[in-house]
Amino acid sequence: MDLFSNLALGFATAASLENLFFCLIGVLLGTLIGVLPGIGATATIAMLLPITFQLEPVSSLIMLSGIYYGAQYGGSTTAILINMPGESSSAVTALDGYQMARKGRAGAALAIAAIGSFFAGTVSTFLVAIFAPPLTAIALKFGAAEYFSLMVVGLVSSIALAHGSIVKALAMVSLGLLLGLVGTDIYTGAPRFNLGISEYADGLNFVAVAVGVFGIAEILRNLESEKTRTVLMAKVHGLMPTRDDFRQMVGPVLRGTAIGSILGILPGGGAILAAFASYTVEKKVSKHPEEFGHGAIAGVAGPESANNAGAQTSFIPLLTLGIPANPVMALMIGAMIIQGIVPGPNVAIEQPALFWGIIASMWIGNLMLVILNLPLIGLWVKLLTIPYYILFPIIMAFCSIGVYSVNSNVYDLYSVAFFGLIGYLLVKLRCEPAPLLLGFVLGPLLEENLRRAMILSRGDATTFISRPISAGLLFVAALVLVVVFLPSVKAKREVVFQDEE
Amino acid sequence: MAFRLEGVGPVPSDTVATLLHFNGDIMNSSKVDTTNLICGLLLVATGLWFAYQSFELELGTALRMGPGYFPFILSCALMLFGAIILVQSLRVEGEPMGAIAWRGMLFILPAPIIFGLTVQGLGFVPSIFISALVAAFASHKMKPLSALILSAALTAFSVLVFSYGLGLPFQRFGPWLGL
Repeated sequence: MDLFSNLALGFATAASLENLFFCLIGVLLGTLIGVLPGIGATATIAMLLPITFQLEPVSSLIMLSGIYYGAQYGGSTTAILINMPGESSSAVTALDGYQMARKGRAGAALAIAAIGSFFAGTVSTFLVAIFAPPLTAIALKFGAAEYFSLMVVGLVSSIALAHGSIVKALAMVSLGLLLGLVGTDIYTGAPRFNLGISEYADGLNFVAVAVGVFGIAEILRNLESEKTRTVLMAKVHGLMPTRDDFRQMVGPVLRGTAIGSILGILPGGGAILAAFASYTVEKKVSKHPEEFGHGAIAGVAGPESANNAGAQTSFIPLLTLGIPANPVMALMIGAMIIQGIVPGPNVAIEQPALFWGIIASMWIGNLMLVILNLPLIGLWVKLLTIPYYILFPIIMAFCSIGVYSVNSNVYDLYSVAFFGLIGYLLVKLRCEPAPLLLGFVLGPLLEENLRRAMILSRGDATTFISRPISAGLLFVAALVLVVVFLPSVKAKREVVFQDEE
Repeated sequence: MAFRLEGVGPVPSDTVATLLHFNGDIMNSSKVDTTNLICGLLLVATGLWFAYQSFELELGTALRMGPGYFPFILSCALMLFGAIILVQSLRVEGEPMGAIAWRGMLFILPAPIIFGLTVQGLGFVPSIFISALVAAFASHKMKPLSALILSAALTAFSVLVFSYGLGLPFQRFGPWLGL
């Protein structure tokens, strides 16, 4: 069977000593940064990109993916131990996980999170392996019109999944698309919006924008009110969940995995929504909804499985279509391009070892996280005692080095400062930066495919609705947009995003 | 509402609710939502700037779009959304913006700029040291001596890892030093 021979190739690639080593480094670095608050996976990967330049493409992407789910994992550790989600997708875990920790069950909470994540990771790795090839086959039939419509779907879903005002999210997408167009027009070579600075002729550097909007803005937000963090437990004991715990977590883990796998494919931050949706579902189906917020096991197991499954399946659109589902995936695209790989459906055909190697490494990485991190928990807890004011000069230095090393362009460093300011402004104005970043990545692609489709159809705009796949995609986009604006859904959407304590 | 996708740092209080939305429990709310007022104005202004710039470029036709066509449409959309936010802000009561990290901005934002200005002239080693030193003062908890020690250690580590270990092509000491 194709699936098994493909997976065998993948595991053969991922299990080479070198790739195992880089996978390990990736998950360790990821956990380390995930544990340290104030810097998320996007900024981490941006910072660590230069480390991967010298590696083989497979190793580099394996390590970057390792950082991604390592960070996810580390984020839940801090959520449980100090009620400080290192990643926003673990925000939900903090609700019940921290309460469990306060009742002296921190060890069990951590183990439940780890086991749930591992199970979800295993299932969703298989889902990626099963669904990637047929989607690739469909993607190969895509023309300019289909790609345009697909990106519209991506942008619209990022609006639907963004928190807060929909109009603001729409504005953020438009602004992001415009910023993505800074540089040189591909057809005429005319410089656009670069303020006459020739160093920006190739466009704004994505890494610089991501580090600024996510990393620097986050540091500034943390500096608003400096607080000392207290770690709940110097010693975490009783890691093994009881038989009763296991019985209670089976249902939530299964449901969480299913919810996460589906929502993860959606562009625009599926992992976070998955965690929230899972929490809401668990609370609905639970026989003891009053336990939620007071240390319910289902409140840890469900969302943790969901966000890990979502993190994994968000690789599907990246690997098959070359379309990023979230800012981290956008950085992966950047890494691929730097390595000379053109992301898209051809990757699976031209570089099967790379494609399946990454998929296999996801499972290996998840296994490493379970085996390594539970014993290492004491070390991670120690890291939490590092005061924040020592961390951010280090973060600033690494960000600067990382951004500069991409192109050795000092103007990229000025962009970091500028977009740090913009990012902080957006936080203050309660605008979500994720749709902006997605727009920024897709801007040039969207314009290119729009113009190409219009030329191919000789200026006939109906090409987008006369081609069936394109029409279907646009219909989905319209549907999503209509649904989010429906008053009843609008109200529900707000409830999902601000689940009461 | 500021619901971040990445890197949620220290959460000010112990509820996720605070993380997800700024609680409107502060009493002095006005008839105008100042946050959204500023937001709308800024978006409209940004849209105007992009629209003006696109107009200077060749717009072209729908068949053969010029460099200004797509950005012009986007700028109009941005202005429209900005205007909607602006109008909405005049009808609802707002929540205040909260504390602003002035000191943070004063020391954090210049760090990458200083690095950019000096990395080619002074070289990697002094440049990273100065940038880290400046960034260190963003917190009022940082003492001058610990800032110096931290920056020195950080510089040593970065040089070992990035310059020697990973072989990134940085000049360690630049021409300005005359070495």
